[in-house]
Amino acid sequence: MRPRLPVGSPFQLLLFVCSFALAGYAGVRLLSGDWLGVALWIVGAALLHDLVLLPLYAAADRAVVGGLDAAHRRAWVPYVRVPAVLSGLLLLVWFPLVFDLADRRYRLATGQSADVFLARWLLITAVLFGGSALLLAVRGRRAAKRRSPAVH
Amino acid sequence: MRDHPRLPTSPGFWRSPLRGPWFTSVLGLVLLAGITVLFLTGLVSYAAYNPDLSRVNDTTPDKGILGFYLFAWPTGPVWLYRFTQGVHVTLGITLIPVLLAKLWSVVPRLFTLPPARSLAHALERISLLLLVGGGLFEFTTGVLNVQLDYVFPGSFYPLHFYGAWVFFAAFVAHAVLKTPAAVRTVRRRLREEGDDLVAPDPGPPTVSRRGALWLVGGGSLLLFLTTVGQSLGGPFRRTALLAPHGGKDPGGGPNGFQINKTAAYAGIAAAETGEEAWRLVVTGRTGTVRLSRAQLLRLPLYSSSLPIACVEGWSTADQWWRGVRLRDLAALVGYDGDPPDVFVESLQRHGAFRRAALRSNQVADPRSLLALYVNGEPLSPDHGYPARIIVPAAPGVLNTKWVARLTFGDL
Repeated sequence: MRPRLPVGSPFQLLLFVCSFALAGYAGVRLLSGDWLGVALWIVGAALLHDLVLLPLYAAADRAVVGGLDAAHRRAWVPYVRVPAVLSGLLLLVWFPLVFDLADRRYRLATGQSADVFLARWLLITAVLFGGSALLLAVRGRRAAKRRSPAVH
Repeated sequence: MRDHPRLPTSPGFWRSPLRGPWFTSVLGLVLLAGITVLFLTGLVSYAAYNPDLSRVNDTTPDKGILGFYLFAWPTGPVWLYRFTQGVHVTLGITLIPVLLAKLWSVVPRLFTLPPARSLAHALERISLLLLVGGGLFEFTTGVLNVQLDYVFPGSFYPLHFYGAWVFFAAFVAHAVLKTPAAVRTVRRRLREEGDDLVAPDPGPPTVSRRGALWLVGGGSLLLFLTTVGQSLGGPFRRTALLAPHGGKDPGGGPNGFQINKTAAYAGIAAAETGEEAWRLVVTGRTGTVRLSRAQLLRLPLYSSSLPIACVEGWSTADQWWRGVRLRDLAALVGYDGDPPDVFVESLQRHGAFRRAALRSNQVADPRSLLALYVNGEPLSPDHGYPARIIVPAAPGVLNTKWVARLTFGDL
């Protein structure tokens, strides 16, 4: 016979009952329109993040570390990782503007064009990677100088 | 099978040496403070619309007890809504890297076996779905809305408002359960061995925990610096490189400040706003008065320096408006000295907030105008020509443009 599920802390049970009561009160109203669409968005957001976005960026990071390791350039990892993370974050937040997904509405509403955003994001990305490469080169030179003090 | 390291249900699957209670606790405490501010400024923004005043201001008529705290929104300080909503949107965007890092730090727990150790643990896991799904839903709808990408399943206001309460219910339970241990962990730097977040077989480190926190903080700082300028306005707007109302101002000259909806977007034709066609219809206790723009200009005109502040978080610096006081218009139709509420209707035929209600305290404020001029010139079509409402500290959409009719009286 399977053992029965223990009840657990009564304080926690009470806490979750209160929490679900409030969530239920608001949830009924949240789902009063397109309930399936909203439910899909909420559950889908959690699943998409945990099972798609996170594995994707973890795999990308692993590929960068592995690739640089194979090339005996492990020290380069932060110089790739930092600009990639920063540029990726900007894209994750602003992709509707960067890719002009609401172009017509944006133009009509604000009276301005949204086609500047792709160029700006690319420019910021270039500056981030360029700055990182410059820093790597400068630090590499300094390290080389320290290793061979005869060279001036 | 449970110990097969190729399955995420096995602790050995998770190799990052960064994960551990200290890393998670630091991020958790930042989110505890940040999300509390987001929730409170969100409630403030909801109250700023005066949803309990009139059905036209209320996008959530079935809110019930969730509107328990509503109050008459004040008219000062004039930058009040600019500040609270700028904080709401800018802070929300700034917290995104922290949220993502926090979720990354606890992802092994998603796959814990057995799925429930007790009834309380089962409820906690259901609650975590509301916490993570609800949290991502709130951040996503907010981020999409400020970019005018209305792909979410319904109107933004009810989704973001009710979604916030669902999320907050789970957030409070989570905070009650986890905050004491998080504070202890950060204060005392407890030993981490044996915690289920710590990888039992960690890979070689490629960055320290502090280094990873610096990267998260750097991401937040970059998002902050490329966004905040759209709320500060003036020369800072150009620093908001990726924010929807950053960069340059539209056009130039006195009317060259940020626009929420152009006349073309609202479907306002020049023929309706011409001197011959347009009449302001003012109704009150003593009947109805119809005024042309020329007649309005012969009434006493006053100036106010007031900003435009949008629910999307952007705002403008103070603009110099000139027009007729709302309370003087109330006096024209029989409300001398005790201005009532007013129901404002625009020429706009479609769209949310083409009609809006203002409360008596907003009408009574001497800075509240039916503006005819801005910065010394007649309003441009995009800023509401022939006449628009401008009220101190009110959310942008309540400053109705292309006003056609004002109905004074208790709503």
